[in-house]
Amino acid sequence: MLAVGLGHYLTVSALLLVMGIFGIFLNRKNVIVILMSVELILLAVNLNLVAFSAALGDLAGQVLAMFVLTVAAAEAAIGLAIVVIYFRNRGSIEVEDVNMMKG
Amino acid sequence: MLYSIAVFAPLLGSAIAGLFGRAIGDRAAQAVTIFCMILASVCGVASFVSLVYGGGHAGSVHIATWIDSGDFHVAWALRYDTLSAVMVAMVTCVATLIHIYSVGYMSHDNSIARFFSYLSLFSFAMLMLVTADNLLQLFFGWEGVGLASYLLIGFWYHKPSACAAAIKAFLVNRVGDLGFALGIALVFVTFGSIEFSTIFASVAKHQADTYTLFGTWPAFEVIGILLFIGAMGKSAQLGLHVWLPDAMEGPTPVSALIHAATMVTAGVFLVARFSPVLEFAPGALGFITFMGASTALFAATVGCVQNDIKRIIAYSTCSQLGYMFVAAGVGAYQASVFHLLTHAFFKALLFLSAGSVIHAMSDEQDIRKMGGLARKIPLTATVMWIGSLALAGVPPFAGFYSKDAILEAAYAAHSAAGSYGFWCCLIAAFLTAFYSWRLLILTFHGKTRADHHSFEHAHESPPVMTVPLILLAVGAVVTGWAFHEQVLGEHWQHFWGAAIFNGPANHVLHAMEEVPHWVSLAPTVVGIVGIAVAYALYLGMPSVPAQLAQSFRPIYMFLLNKWYFDELYDAVIVRPLIALSRGLWQVGDATIIDGIPNGLASLTSGGAARASRLQTGSIAVYAFTMLIGLVVLVSVFLLFR
Repeated sequence: MLAVGLGHYLTVSALLLVMGIFGIFLNRKNVIVILMSVELILLAVNLNLVAFSAALGDLAGQVLAMFVLTVAAAEAAIGLAIVVIYFRNRGSIEVEDVNMMKG
Repeated sequence: MLYSIAVFAPLLGSAIAGLFGRAIGDRAAQAVTIFCMILASVCGVASFVSLVYGGGHAGSVHIATWIDSGDFHVAWALRYDTLSAVMVAMVTCVATLIHIYSVGYMSHDNSIARFFSYLSLFSFAMLMLVTADNLLQLFFGWEGVGLASYLLIGFWYHKPSACAAAIKAFLVNRVGDLGFALGIALVFVTFGSIEFSTIFASVAKHQADTYTLFGTWPAFEVIGILLFIGAMGKSAQLGLHVWLPDAMEGPTPVSALIHAATMVTAGVFLVARFSPVLEFAPGALGFITFMGASTALFAATVGCVQNDIKRIIAYSTCSQLGYMFVAAGVGAYQASVFHLLTHAFFKALLFLSAGSVIHAMSDEQDIRKMGGLARKIPLTATVMWIGSLALAGVPPFAGFYSKDAILEAAYAAHSAAGSYGFWCCLIAAFLTAFYSWRLLILTFHGKTRADHHSFEHAHESPPVMTVPLILLAVGAVVTGWAFHEQVLGEHWQHFWGAAIFNGPANHVLHAMEEVPHWVSLAPTVVGIVGIAVAYALYLGMPSVPAQLAQSFRPIYMFLLNKWYFDELYDAVIVRPLIALSRGLWQVGDATIIDGIPNGLASLTSGGAARASRLQTGSIAVYAFTMLIGLVVLVSVFLLFR
């Protein structure tokens, strides 16, 4: 049976990252999709941290992963709150309609 | 003590009239300034008498320390010697009479307090100048009289011509002052002090000093020339004379006080004051004689064809100042100061009587529109005759003694410059008499050319104006023979003390007594001939002058336009300077200096406008940019780790 090693974890993590990035790039529809993509990227980072932590036998990586989870939760909460408010004000959360943030 | 009062009383009067003139009213301002001037003249004359006749001791009155910095010490102090005391006495007396005269002359003006304040300020500055104990204090007075002159020429500031004349006088004087300031600096470099007593005491030590700039020059010669350039500006010598005729835009008492009797003689005073140094600068003295003689002749020729009563007298002043410089240049400083004194009286007299004529004719100044006024204003006519007799050098009037002495000194000098001075002054003496009588005849005699109305209304001036005229006329008669023997006679040293220095090789005062007989007679003779010619031309055959002017039109126009000096300066200095200034303004200032900050500002705002266009407001683009940025940063990190 194939042993699951560090390489596999990193591959999955890289795939998650690329999916997240492409999600941001290619998404032309919904701001929530961007939020989800950001969560994917953070997940990739977390996976990296945990994988390295296990491989190197250093708990610091897993502690850091906890922090990242917290930050991700906060970010998701704020992001969704903004989206709700934005929808209330503008009546749409199409990415192409969000074009008022300029100096 | 008396001496200090003489100097500072006018300052007090000026301050009161100037600061509180509105509060105390015109009458009180006049009373205060005149009282202060009378006080000053009494003290001035008393200190002069006690020094020269009462056995007083020359010295200096220390007042306060002014600058005390390293080796540079300057004090406020009043020098008390014959030269200063005689000038103080003359300035205070003439200024007092002119203050009194102004009460009448300016009675219709509406800023009388200001006028009297300026007059007193001028008197104070002039007294500061003549009593200076060091060059810096002298410079203070020098600039003070310049300022007062500016203020008074431009007194009627609503007249554009008066403002222009005031600015012209100020600017032309600055040219001379540059020379003077450089001279002071060089004196300090050479002698290590600018105090007169220190300078004069160490003349012998520094005689061989040199000054190197574009070649090596004897320091004394350079100092002499530089100081004389200052004197040329103030005393309106050829080249820097252009401001004096224009200065006649001021009220007539101003012309009399500043531009005839006192301020313009400051240059002569400076030269006399510096006699201990100049005696060892023969080159500078030669230059002084040359310029003085040229001015005397030049101004006399121009005076012959002018038509404005005040301008004729102004050119006459210019010419007489030339005489004084001739005398100083040949080493006869005593004769120069003597002429300064007599001239102060008769020229102030001439100007004030001209003012009286103008007053009588309701502000008409053109002598072509006068004539026959002697019947209407006999007193003015009489005193003006006396002034002209003194000016023309007819014995026994004051001008005769001093002018005679100058011509004798110039002849006795036996130098090239001296002979040039002698002949120029002799011709100028003829012209002086000629234009004086031209003025007298056209103004007072013959048939009147004035329109009926103004001739009928011509009236003698009030006593407040005529009394000073009479007093000045007395001065114009007696100052000559009263002082001649003391000032220039065998015992001149009793009078002058150590105030004026004649070098060991300078025997001009002695040689003056031994000139041929015809030299002593010549100025009187040519003067009388000049008077006769004026009579023949203007009273005998009144049509001849016009014909002469017609047939010698180029010469006439040349003289009428004052040798085209104004036009020459306009073409050579004023226009190129304006063109240069315009160029500097448009290229240097507007393009380069303004261009740098303006260019930087527009570069910044342009760049910012372009940068702000990157902010489209689309969140998709922001996200995209963020990721690309991340990729680039990571790539850079990986590549250049």
